[in-house]
Amino acid sequence: MTSVLYDAPGPKARTRSLVISVVGIIAILAGLIVLILALGAPKMSANGAIQPGLWDATRWDVFTDVQVWRTLGNGVAATLQMAGVAAVLALSLGVFFSFIRSADHKLIRVPAAFVLEFVRGIPVLLMMLFILLVFATGSYWAGVLALGLYNGAIIGEALRAGIQSLPRGQREAGLAIGLTPLSTRFRIEFPQAFRQMLPIIIAQLVVLLKDTSLAFIVGYSELLRVGVRNLPDFFGNRYAFSFFLVVFAIYLAMNLTLSWIARIIARRSGSKLGKAVEPAPEPMPSGASAI
Amino acid sequence: MDAVIENLPTFLEGFRNTLGLLILSGSGALVLGVIVAALRISPVASFRGFATVYTEIVRNTPLTLVLFFTATMLPYLQFAPGYFPLAVIGLTVYTSPFVAEALRSGVNGVPVGQAEAARSVGLTFGQSLAYVIMPQAVRMVIPPLINVFIALTKNTSVAGAFFVFELFGAARQVTNLRGDEVIPILLAVAAFYLIITITLGQIAARVEKKVAVLR
Repeated sequence: MTSVLYDAPGPKARTRSLVISVVGIIAILAGLIVLILALGAPKMSANGAIQPGLWDATRWDVFTDVQVWRTLGNGVAATLQMAGVAAVLALSLGVFFSFIRSADHKLIRVPAAFVLEFVRGIPVLLMMLFILLVFATGSYWAGVLALGLYNGAIIGEALRAGIQSLPRGQREAGLAIGLTPLSTRFRIEFPQAFRQMLPIIIAQLVVLLKDTSLAFIVGYSELLRVGVRNLPDFFGNRYAFSFFLVVFAIYLAMNLTLSWIARIIARRSGSKLGKAVEPAPEPMPSGASAI
Repeated sequence: MDAVIENLPTFLEGFRNTLGLLILSGSGALVLGVIVAALRISPVASFRGFATVYTEIVRNTPLTLVLFFTATMLPYLQFAPGYFPLAVIGLTVYTSPFVAEALRSGVNGVPVGQAEAARSVGLTFGQSLAYVIMPQAVRMVIPPLINVFIALTKNTSVAGAFFVFELFGAARQVTNLRGDEVIPILLAVAAFYLIITITLGQIAARVEKKVAVLR
C-alpha cells in the first residue's frame, strides 16, 4: 500500500505504525469481546426473573428444526423473486425512460423530465403505499411496481447521462450513413451508453435487492417479515434476537455476493472500454440514488 | 381535496418530524462519516481494515433491517430512549458509510499532482491534507454529499414504519381516516417530500456548475 500522502515509512515509523496497528486490532477485538460477553450475560427482567444470556443454548435450539430453515428459505425465495421481477421491470423501464428523456421532440422530453423528477424525488415506500391503496394490487405487486418504477427512473437517468457523454461524432456518423435518428440511438449510441453505465446499473440492482425489504412494511412476507416477525411470533419472544442475527447474516451473504459479482463485471467491462468513452472522473452523476 | 386541507396540521407535524430526522441524523452521519473516511485513508492498517469492514457491512444491510434493530432489538436489549432517538441512531449509522464514501471519492478526485506537490515542498501528511487536499476536496464533495442527504430525506420515510410520526406516518394515518380521498392525500405528502428533495437537488446542481467553472 503506497500513497503519495505519506512517505514510504522508515524503520522507526514502521515499528510505530505496527505498534499502533496491533494496539488498534487489540482495542477493536476487546471491544467486540466485551460486547459479546455483555450480550451473553444473564439479565434480570423487570419482575425479577432471571433470563438466560443471548448466546444460551435455549435461545438457539430452534435452529435444529428443519421447518425453521425451510420457512427462512421460502422468505429468501420470496425476496429474490420480488427482486428479480422488479429488476427486469426496472431495466426495461430504464431503457424506455432514457429514450423519452432524450427525445428530440420537446413535447415528449419535457413531460418525461417532470415525471422522472417526481418519481426520483419521493420515497419508494410512499410509492408502494400509493400503488397499494390506489390500484389495490396487493402487497407483492405494489412492491414490484414501485421498485421497478423508482429504480427504472434512476437507471434511465444513468443511461441518459451515458448517451450524453458520448462524443457527438457517434450520432453524426450514424445519421451520415443514413440511419434514422431512432435507429442511430438504438444501434449506435445506446449500446455504448449501456456498457459505460453498466457498473452504475448493477450497483442500482444491488440497491433494489436491499430495498425489497421495504415491502415488509406494506405487508409482503419476504425474508424480513418471515424472519423477524412471523417466526419469533410463532416460537416465542425468547428467540427474537437469534432470528434477527440469522436474518442479518442471510441478508449480508446475499448482498455481499451480489456486490462482489457487480465489482467483477464492473472491472471487466471497464477494461474493455476505449479511451473515447471513458467514464467521467466524477463519482457517478446520480450517485446518491445508489442508497 | 378537503381531506388534505382538513388534515394540514397533521401533515405539518409530520413534515416537522421529517425535517428533524433529516437534520439530526444528517449531522450525526456527517460526523460519523468524517471519522470513518479518516480511518479509511489513515496510514495505520488496522484502522483502514476496520473502516472497510464497517462500510461493507453497513452498506450491504437493508435500511429496514437497521431500523428494525434500533426500534425493536435495542429496547429488547433494555436500551430504550424512545422511538425518535432510536430512529435517528439507525439513520445515522446507515447513512454514515455513504457520507464516508462521498468524502473519500472527493479526496480521490483531487489530482494526484496536488498531493505530490504538497509532499515535495515538505508538508507532512496532516499538513498536506489540511492545506492542499481538503480545501479542494470539500468543493468536489458537496454535490455528492447533497445527493446523500437527498437519499436520507427519502429514507426517513422508513422510520415512519417504526413508530415515528413523520410524513409517511402521517400519510398512513390520514389515508386510514379518509379512504375516499387517497390520491390527493398521497400527492400532498409527495409534494412535501419534493419540497425538500428538489430544493436540495437545485443546490447541488448550482454548486456543481460553480465547481466545474473552477476547474
